[in-house]
Amino acid sequence: MTEQVVVADPPPTRRGFSMRRMKDVQNLGLVAVLVLLAIAGTVTKPDQFLSTDNLILVLTLASIVGVITVGMTFVIIGGGIDLSVGAVVALSTVWATTKATQSYGIGGIIFCALAVGVGCGLVSGLLIAYGKLVAFIATIAMLASARGLAIQLSQGKTQVVNFQNQGLVDLGYKKSYILGIPPLVIIFVIVAILGWIVLNRTTFGRRTFAIGGNPEAARLAGINVKQHTLLLYVLSGLCCGIASVMLVILTSSGTSANGNLYELDAIAAVIIGGTLLSGGRGSLVGSVLGVLVFTLISVLFTLNNLPTAVQQIAKGAIIVVAVLVQRRASNERTSS
Amino acid sequence: MTLLTMAEIVKVFPGVRALDGVDLSVEAGEVHCLLGQNGAGKSTLIKVLAGAHQPDEGVIEIDGEAVSFPNPVSATKRGIATIYQELDLVDGLSVTENIFLGHEKSSGGFVHRREMQAEARKLLEQLGHAEIPVGREVWRLSAAGKQIVSMARALSHDARLIVMDEPSAVLAADEVANLFRVIRGLTGRGVAVLYISHRLEEIREIGDRVTVLKDGRTVATGLPAKTTATVDLVSSMTGRRVEFAFPERPDAGSHDSEPEVLVVDGLTLDGSFSDVSFSVRAGEIVGLAGLVGSGRSEILETVYGARRPTSGQVRFGDKLMRAGSVTASVRQGMGLAPEERKSQALLLHDSVARNVSLASLRRFAKFGWMNRNRELAEAQEKTDALELRPSDISRTVSKLSGGNQQKAVLARWLLRGCKLLLLDEPTRGVDVGARAELYAVIRELADSGVAVVLVSSEVPEVLGLADRVLVLREGRVVFEADARELDEHRVLDLVMEAV
Repeated sequence: MTEQVVVADPPPTRRGFSMRRMKDVQNLGLVAVLVLLAIAGTVTKPDQFLSTDNLILVLTLASIVGVITVGMTFVIIGGGIDLSVGAVVALSTVWATTKATQSYGIGGIIFCALAVGVGCGLVSGLLIAYGKLVAFIATIAMLASARGLAIQLSQGKTQVVNFQNQGLVDLGYKKSYILGIPPLVIIFVIVAILGWIVLNRTTFGRRTFAIGGNPEAARLAGINVKQHTLLLYVLSGLCCGIASVMLVILTSSGTSANGNLYELDAIAAVIIGGTLLSGGRGSLVGSVLGVLVFTLISVLFTLNNLPTAVQQIAKGAIIVVAVLVQRRASNERTSS
Repeated sequence: MTLLTMAEIVKVFPGVRALDGVDLSVEAGEVHCLLGQNGAGKSTLIKVLAGAHQPDEGVIEIDGEAVSFPNPVSATKRGIATIYQELDLVDGLSVTENIFLGHEKSSGGFVHRREMQAEARKLLEQLGHAEIPVGREVWRLSAAGKQIVSMARALSHDARLIVMDEPSAVLAADEVANLFRVIRGLTGRGVAVLYISHRLEEIREIGDRVTVLKDGRTVATGLPAKTTATVDLVSSMTGRRVEFAFPERPDAGSHDSEPEVLVVDGLTLDGSFSDVSFSVRAGEIVGLAGLVGSGRSEILETVYGARRPTSGQVRFGDKLMRAGSVTASVRQGMGLAPEERKSQALLLHDSVARNVSLASLRRFAKFGWMNRNRELAEAQEKTDALELRPSDISRTVSKLSGGNQQKAVLARWLLRGCKLLLLDEPTRGVDVGARAELYAVIRELADSGVAVVLVSSEVPEVLGLADRVLVLREGRVVFEADARELDEHRVLDLVMEAV
């Protein structure tokens, strides 16, 4: 009897199962790294690391880059790259905190930040999709000019959110926490969930995978590759806009120094999260875990008073190891 | 003196025996022509010879001594140089640097520029092209100039056998004459040339002996190139191949009352084809026969909107199509199964299901939200209808055989529900056994009212499957007739030589 059951079980299901398992293993690996880091934190600084305040700090720090990483994940899965995110954040926060913008109230600030982000994404996207510029070049040009414009606009000064718009800044204070969770973290969670749904459950997400995996096949299947590429950069810009609002809340100011090297953090998080830099394959859950890993490293090093230089070295090493491990996994998959 | 002998070479790719017992022997100082239809195994054979592929069986001998080429360098070392159709030169480097690429004259890491330039000049002179400036970057040269540089590179390796893969395909007539002069110069010095071409007239002019491949086998070898009758060459290329089971075809003229689905009028794409006009009725299969470079694929892609024509019109149903918009074509109900399945049609990392639904995503979506159960169910339904194996559509598409990958592409358009299907080499890389199944599927699609345009280099395929055949040569339609009235020899004659 038992034998019959085995025969009746179709081998294809097993195959599908193992594919899924491969993906899980990759995410599990990141979870394991997170756990290890947490243990390291608990062991080295037991009282500080486990405190609620510290955990909340970890999550808040993760949230801003995290939102950008969501947009970056889409762009990279779609076969592109967006190097301008940090500079766009700087420009958004500056523009959103000018005297003129602030005079429109909180709504004005939020709208302005989002509009600047979307606008920058639109320009990059147009250059890439219709101007046929390489994404690397178009977004590095955007990086340079957005940062420059931010400096010009703020004249190098830090623009503090004025009293009239204090309500926005209050969102960053403890009194605004919802069930003990800061609104910034909630924003990140919402963006990440929405991103996951769009990527995995909608035609938009499916097209993103398709144009990243094989743009020619996507085009010949009737997908409007140019338009979709444009939308990916707009989406990334929108995420930058959201992150800018969060940054203004957190720092109650806007400055052209904001968002420095965010592009590296975001790209690194996407890569160690298992998304192929060449596009077509990737996971948003992985990206989010990637962000958490990086943030946890920062916190750990800061708590232990280790210099940032060491921290950078550790991050670099993690990127290399993560990619090597992934390549191994994907080779095993193709050869099996 | 026999320079190269290849005996009983077998090369198996997953699902296909690309070479199935090839014999070839080349004498020093001769131009040996390799003739065969597309898919006969010529490319695979020269890759084996160049060390790019390793044969599964068989012996390669040079000067009577058995050799093996585990990599391209080892072949070069034994004096075999291959000039591929897409010349593998580095565009940004100079002529000299290309000639000595990988074997620069150097000491202590510094290259001897002057010495190499002098040497390069000497090699170009030997080839009768001293006028090519050795310092010029290669991208500035014409196709003919690049070819000369490739040959100079071969000579710099002291090549004794130069393999040329369709060298004339990229050349104008006077450049071909010049190429032949160069080749004669080479053979005069004892270098052997293995010359691959489709064009019979060239083989007559430059060749000494001919070897004919068909279906991965040598069917004739050592035929004198100048004196063998055309009909003999052609018949050995085609011969009586494996009998394909073609599905039954409706009687001639049975589609005459059907509406014209596609009307192509005076379509021209500079450099590819000119003044192409034809129409396809619902339920009809129209075959385009012609060689590589005759413009077949380009015509399909232009009709489909993937290329923008220089002039001419495409009418589809009652609409005049906007030029150069694939999205519009697909929306109106066209589908294309492109020539290069892997690079142009499939998302290789993705599952069969996702590949099948790619053109119909919108159909499964409400406000962008995909109903994945319905997607899977309908994709499964279509792949089952085409008997795609294995039937589990969650498998990665790259693991399927060529025939089943093609079925996945067809299922994509079956799911989309199109009115016109453009098939470019639908059975390339598909096992002989699986072909019959594909033929049946294509005919069934036509019988259900879909208009089909079929491009194939395999003349029997076009003749056996299509209702009507258009013969193309060098970008022009040279002949059109009912497929039932044509035979293979007639079409091959039309395809290959001026009438």
